Amino acid sequence: MKLAGILFLLAGWSIVLSALDLLRPSSALIAFVLAGIAVECIGLFFLFRSHLKLREETR
Amino acid sequence: MIPGPASAFSETPAGAICLVSILLVPLAMAGLALISCGLGRSRSAAHVMLASLCAVAVASIVYVVCGFSWDGFAGGPAHVWLLRGKSWNWIAAQPFFLRGLELDGSPASLGALLQMFGAGLAAIIPLSATMDRWRLSAICASTALLAGCTYPIFAHWVWGGGWLAQLGDNYGLGRGFLDSGGAATVQVVGGLTALSMTWILGARRDKYSEEGMPTAIPGHSPVFVVFGCFLTWVGWLGLNSSGAILFSHILPGRIVLIAVNTTLSAAAAGLMALVITRVRFGRPDASITANGWVGGLVAGSAAPAFMNPAAALIVGFIAGIVVTFAVDWFEMWLEVDDPGGAVPVHALAGIWGLLAAGLLIRFPDQNAARGQWLAQLVGITTLLGFVLPLTYSLNWLLNRVYPQRVEPDGERQGMDLHELGAGAYPEFVVHTDEFIQR
Repeated sequence: MKLAGILFLLAGWSIVLSALDLLRPSSALIAFVLAGIAVECIGLFFLFRSHLKLREETR
Repeated sequence: MIPGPASAFSETPAGAICLVSILLVPLAMAGLALISCGLGRSRSAAHVMLASLCAVAVASIVYVVCGFSWDGFAGGPAHVWLLRGKSWNWIAAQPFFLRGLELDGSPASLGALLQMFGAGLAAIIPLSATMDRWRLSAICASTALLAGCTYPIFAHWVWGGGWLAQLGDNYGLGRGFLDSGGAATVQVVGGLTALSMTWILGARRDKYSEEGMPTAIPGHSPVFVVFGCFLTWVGWLGLNSSGAILFSHILPGRIVLIAVNTTLSAAAAGLMALVITRVRFGRPDASITANGWVGGLVAGSAAPAFMNPAAALIVGFIAGIVVTFAVDWFEMWLEVDDPGGAVPVHALAGIWGLLAAGLLIRFPDQNAARGQWLAQLVGITTLLGFVLPLTYSLNWLLNRVYPQRVEPDGERQGMDLHELGAGAYPEFVVHTDEFIQR
């Protein structure tokens, strides 16, 4: 789950970078940047979740 | 040698004011160290202060040895990729040990000095999240990774003429990613490293019950905490002023606006935290108020030269709300044991400040601000999508080869006795359990 979180974070950033390079400033670029942020939020969720799960197991 | 009118700049009012402002920045480090010390237990007080000093020392040395080589300065040698006709400046290509850089007051040399202090400031931030359980030698090793890798790479992108700074020229996004006072480069980078370290080290012994309920472990000296706030204020005035002159090229007269905005942002955040704790708990809480104050300084440092005072107040008020609730939220629901509140104060408030800069800044030419908020969002996604994985991975690997957490016995004894051999307050027996074998 931890690895998935990190991969989601990197994937979100990659979406933003690709959108910057491929799209002109437009509503499509805004949509892709927001999509990148959403993917990063999923990554953060996985990272926090894996940390919580680890703590539950060590209790 | 780096070309440019070095002596000419140092003899201008902007150069002189910039130099004086940079020399105030170590006060911010002293302030953060005092705040961390005051928010921690008395049995680890000396350890926190010594660790802060060691972190600054290691960060300064590593930054000079190799950090500046990747960081560089705008217009300096760098590795640039051309993608679809646009240049992407990824990393500087300076020699090690600052070779080739005349330390004579040129903008490049002042930038190197400010960033050496910036690396030290970023290195202190994780210490307040990891008190009572992070070994001194491991702190030094982790700081070397921060100052030699994570910090300079991101700083180059923002302050060294890298691709984030070029978003305006290349893609028409405002003036590119704006962060004149280091809200991202110093604060969020430090805050995300703090988050990584809390995950890697785990919570303090006895912090959470079997059911996962947090135990209150109050700080030992509110006096240190509040005095630290005064010091950070002065240090931040220097940081924001020098950063704006060097990286946003403002005229020296605008330092008045920067000082007003920096103060207003901190004041609003501190007061908001005080009011919220007064309403929630019946009494104002000194530690949360101090966290709010520093959170306001952090949030206000993204673009203090381009906001009017009313906008700085809004930034501060919201930073105060974010920090106050996030401290509880991280402790209660996410089980992140962060005694100094480093993650909410530096990472969350910093991200809010960067976002607010995109929404609330006013340039003389408003057309230049078009797309600025998008540039700020790209910067924030880079912090979350690149800096967090990088700093987490580096410290995770370090932990595999060199365990970072102190032994259980050391944690029970306190870091002062275990690592330094003596307590910070030898005349007073503050906690009897420090000396009783369980």
